[in-house]
Amino acid sequence: MDEKKLAIIATKGTLDWAYPPLILASTGAALGYTVQVFFTFYGLQIIRKDISGLKVSPLGNPGMPMKMPFGPKWFQGINWNIPNAIQAIVPGFESLATVLMKKTIANNGVATIEELRTLCQEADVKFIACQMTVDLFGFDHDDFIDGLEYGGAATFFEFAGESDICLFI
Amino acid sequence: MHFDKELDARGLNCPLPILRTKKALAEMSSGQVLKVVATDPGSVKDMQAFAKQTGNELVSSAEAGGEFTFFMKKK
Repeated sequence: MDEKKLAIIATKGTLDWAYPPLILASTGAALGYTVQVFFTFYGLQIIRKDISGLKVSPLGNPGMPMKMPFGPKWFQGINWNIPNAIQAIVPGFESLATVLMKKTIANNGVATIEELRTLCQEADVKFIACQMTVDLFGFDHDDFIDGLEYGGAATFFEFAGESDICLFI
Repeated sequence: MHFDKELDARGLNCPLPILRTKKALAEMSSGQVLKVVATDPGSVKDMQAFAKQTGNELVSSAEAGGEFTFFMKKK
């Protein structure tokens, strides 16, 4: 049987944007697709051993609702419309938003990034780290999880050129 | 309905119910039936799509009290 192929380029390094490539890769694998994900530029943050650098920022992101993941229902329903200027000057605002987001993720039964990453690797999703950006950002192979391959644009095209679905995220 | 294995996917959100279903089916043999209970409303469409694309048969799909029960027959 001809297996379908899904190729994804993951370029974003924030907690929210770490989800789409991993969700689509793991689901694709579950549906019988052969899947490769090419991590480049900030997307490299998703495959680091230490992913505490994955944060989410409501600053300059008008699409992000700011809601509290605890308290009574009326309180959780409030959308905290905090002006950008205030977000920018309050120290630790981004970390606070990230803590709240992680709590919301857990409350909603959404998987953690580590969990999705493991599920992908268990399902034989191939992770490729872009060697050029690994060097550019001064990372070392030791900074990343096991089971990765390292390659360049040509490596990506080898698989992507034959893919049925190709996504740039 | 008769089933050979049960998967509790309550409280899990997309794509976990599908991934757990796939994993559970992998440990079963052809013709066996897996019962899945989920609370994610998105799982209704997703289970249909999963069955259609993988060739496993979604024998039935029902909702009661905010819970969705699926019976999936392995290909």
